[in-house]
Amino acid sequence: MFRNQYDTDVTTWSPAGRLFQVEYAMEAVKQGSAAIGLRSKTHIVLGCVNKANSELSSHQKKIFKVDDHIGVAIAGLTADGRVLSRYMRNECINYSFTYESPLPVGRLVVQLADKAQVCTQRSWKRPYGVGLLVAGLDESGAHLYYNCPSGNYFEYQAFAIGSRSQAAKTYLERRFESFTDASRDDLVKDALMAIRETLQGETLKSSVCTIAVVGVGEPFHILDQATVQQMIDAFEIVGEQEGPAAAAGQEASAEPEAEQGGAAAGEGVAPMDI
Amino acid sequence: MPKQQANWSPYDNNGGSCVAIAGADYCVIAADTRMSTGYNILTRDYSKICKLADKCVMASSGFQADVKALQKHLAARHLIYQHQHNKQMSCPAMAQLLSNTLYYKRFFPYYSFNVLGGLDNEGKGCVFTYDAVGSYEKVGYSSQGSGSTLIMPFLDNQLKSPSPLLLPVQDAVTPLAEAEAVDLVKTVFASASERDIYTGDKLEIVVINADGIRREYMDLRKD
Repeated sequence: MFRNQYDTDVTTWSPAGRLFQVEYAMEAVKQGSAAIGLRSKTHIVLGCVNKANSELSSHQKKIFKVDDHIGVAIAGLTADGRVLSRYMRNECINYSFTYESPLPVGRLVVQLADKAQVCTQRSWKRPYGVGLLVAGLDESGAHLYYNCPSGNYFEYQAFAIGSRSQAAKTYLERRFESFTDASRDDLVKDALMAIRETLQGETLKSSVCTIAVVGVGEPFHILDQATVQQMIDAFEIVGEQEGPAAAAGQEASAEPEAEQGGAAAGEGVAPMDI
Repeated sequence: MPKQQANWSPYDNNGGSCVAIAGADYCVIAADTRMSTGYNILTRDYSKICKLADKCVMASSGFQADVKALQKHLAARHLIYQHQHNKQMSCPAMAQLLSNTLYYKRFFPYYSFNVLGGLDNEGKGCVFTYDAVGSYEKVGYSSQGSGSTLIMPFLDNQLKSPSPLLLPVQDAVTPLAEAEAVDLVKTVFASASERDIYTGDKLEIVVINADGIRREYMDLRKD
């Protein structure tokens, strides 16, 4: 992105009607390591790639439990994500305290979006540099939402954010029609496959990714490494059998990346209008 | 017209008794299930016992509306603790939290007389006893509530806990086995129900040990 004279603070519009600071915040989300989410009628699975700064350090926590029925995966400035998770946890606790029932997911994401919007309209604040995939179960069913730094939020059947998320999105677009009625285990397998797409050739191991599940009769929890490795092993065998198909898949994923590069240079549509 | 005194009180006493006994590897917490106001019974089936953490249970008698508010407050604080520390609160930690929470309302207290029971980090039974404003002490056994004046001397007689002021420091936990402690609790409540009008109906017993938490009920006199 080239420098603009309208990008110094968030309260300045550009002549084209854009808030560049907000768009730059969305860029920060694209720089973070990938996070994906997908849902069926009864379960939602969140997954993320564990990227460590160096071989010596541990990886950052990107999936947070917000309540028994809600969890969130983040991409971007993880510090901002931590702060927002704390806010979400507080809101859930306060709602439960007052109404003796779990906070509906739709309400939480609206509150989160309104909180993000405030930071796009104050000269002494900056937008949150984190995208959140909010997975939650309430009376109206299973939900997966994506909250942007811009203050927008959208509901998805499946979505991926962060770096190399386009590869995962392509995989999810191919498979999403089967998700609604998929079993919980199939959903987790699809999540692992989507994560594998973002790894671009790197071996998929349980140390490289984190998976969390929430569903009917299953409070939000992060799967432990052993379980995840078992599931990887279970379908890696299948993956080997699909060798020719995988090779064809890699070729296909190379094309969308070229398209993505072209779109960035074009800058036709403002990124907020997803 | 003579000067009128305030005749509305924010408090009420719903009666009932609570007991807790600590053992070497277990803890027994018990309370009756009668809820009264004045000379009337509101219900015969109200639990005064609340599980605050995996190995920590609280029984409270007094004004049940304040008890309920206190329980909700502690449950919310426990959730925050779990989010921050990624683990359950230990019984001694919860004991301190309860004390601080009670003292916070020193000048408009929770009308709640509590006993906290559970296992400490080493798996040993522990019981903490409180007054309404948070003064607390770790003991081997305790009782609170309308029947405590009848129950406590009997427990002293049976369990004879050494004074915590004596040196060398002696173990407060009772040498009784779990089954014996449960029997003692049943005996104690049966006796208290005879003379205390606010204690009776049903006895709820909660036992915490290494295997988890177990609940038992026993009928008491309904008069």
